[in-house]
Amino acid sequence: MTVYLPIAELSVNIFIILGMGAAVGFLSGMFGVGGGFLITPLLIFYNIPPVVAVATGANQVVASSISGAISHFRRGTLDLKLGSVLLVGGIAGATLGVWIFSWLRRVGQLDLMISLLYVAFLGTIGSLMLAESIRAMRRAAKNQPLPLKRPGQHNWVHRLPLKMRFKKSKIYLSAIPVVALGFGIGILTSVMGVGGGFIMVPAMIYLLRIPTNVVVGTSLFQIIFVTAYTTMVQAATNYSVDIVLATILMVAGVIGAQYGVRVGQKLRGEQLRALLGLLVLAVGLRLAIDLVLTPADLYSLSIEGFGP
Amino acid sequence: MMTMLRALGLLVCLCAGVTPATAQLLSGDVPTVREGLEIGTSTSEIAITSDFRGADLTIFGALTNADELFLAIGQYDVVVTLEGPRNETTVRRKDRVFGIWMNTQSVTFEQVPESYSVASTRPIDDIQATSSLNRMGIGIDHLALAPIGYVGNALAVADFREAYRRLKLSNGLYQRDSAGVRFVSPSLFRATVKLPANVPDGVHVVHAYLFKSGELILQKDLPLRVVKTGLEQAITDAAHEKPIAYGLFCVLIAVLTGWGASIVFRKD
Repeated sequence: MTVYLPIAELSVNIFIILGMGAAVGFLSGMFGVGGGFLITPLLIFYNIPPVVAVATGANQVVASSISGAISHFRRGTLDLKLGSVLLVGGIAGATLGVWIFSWLRRVGQLDLMISLLYVAFLGTIGSLMLAESIRAMRRAAKNQPLPLKRPGQHNWVHRLPLKMRFKKSKIYLSAIPVVALGFGIGILTSVMGVGGGFIMVPAMIYLLRIPTNVVVGTSLFQIIFVTAYTTMVQAATNYSVDIVLATILMVAGVIGAQYGVRVGQKLRGEQLRALLGLLVLAVGLRLAIDLVLTPADLYSLSIEGFGP
Repeated sequence: MMTMLRALGLLVCLCAGVTPATAQLLSGDVPTVREGLEIGTSTSEIAITSDFRGADLTIFGALTNADELFLAIGQYDVVVTLEGPRNETTVRRKDRVFGIWMNTQSVTFEQVPESYSVASTRPIDDIQATSSLNRMGIGIDHLALAPIGYVGNALAVADFREAYRRLKLSNGLYQRDSAGVRFVSPSLFRATVKLPANVPDGVHVVHAYLFKSGELILQKDLPLRVVKTGLEQAITDAAHEKPIAYGLFCVLIAVLTGWGASIVFRKD
């Protein structure tokens, strides 16, 4: 059964899109990630124009983050104040990101830049995650205890001015790195169509030393608003959000996520992280191969106005 | 089935229309009898519905005052084209830069049809010389592709033109059928042109060209509207005319989906 996507201007098989949404939803539920970094490349592999894939991916992330954020809010593991400070940077970053996106599209380098960014980020994050989880598995095998974290340990981040007190997170931290982190993630959201949780969560834990229990909820909170804002801005400037595609992905995604969560609870943390690391690396590798292999056709077409 | 019936009706109309016109011409003071060409399409509007997978457009035509002798020896040729809306199109070329393939050169062609489907009684290059076809811009290989702005290397532009045609043919937007026009009777012909699934919406134009012994003697045009229907059109319109509201609506759907899921699948 085919369905016509009015914005992407092509007909697609609805079952493939549903399957994609469900599979990514399943993985995002299993690993507790938004799934934008998987959905956007998958859509591009399925010949959806990257312009539409990125904007629609951002829209899909809104849906997949919201149920997670609600449950964290209920459990009280969401720092609204910290989330809001992140959001200030996020909105500014997303605005700049959409501007960069439009500019890259005009000069014909958008597809390349999207692929390069994905390869760089997925490659780095995937390798780090895999290395870390293998170390953890080895430690578990040798029955070694985790290295203790000294609570008093500070780095340069904690010497910056403009300090604020975040009660829920129980930290006293400068607003500058928080806004800067939000800003960087905001740019990635609008250029790559991702929520950015896979970068934000490790950065919050290792760089800002924010307690792990509030990190996921708070990053989800920020992601909802930045992706919602990006969806709006993409819709207004590039007209590239495909509501039909987004709806199919979202519905399949939230259902898939429920089953993913159940499977995720049965697996151990380091195994889960190793699997996610492998998955991230695989997607990055696939994109890298496309960049390096001689393309089937050296020429490509683009129609002025809107089109693939 | 409906299309067939409509087409048949049209055929009847056309046949009926031939006689008075002929009579008028014969009684008139035109010294040499001139051929006439009438065309009609099975529909004047193609709707892109949610399950649109491409369509065929049938064009009926009647040749009036045809020279019997020329007809008998097959000296009349018909070429029917369906031209999509015109737009500027950029062709980009990738080159290897530091091991990575990236777009380096580009040529933008001015106002070329986004889609182009051509049907003819025989291969058009057998009907007329290439130079004449180029001048008239009939046929995929003869469409004028004029680059915008200064392009240094004429040889490179030829490569870009060749790539343009190849890409358009491979994605189905340009099509040709050198047996797509058939004479169903000595003076009536039927042409079928294909609209691909990715056909652009907008006003398309059907051109019918009549060649006599290789010379273009008549041309008739008919508009064909390709429209997105109902929901598809409403979505496209909303996205372009009320982008803020459209964006808000997209976000709203996402919020409802996410929130709905957290209620439906709530465990406590």
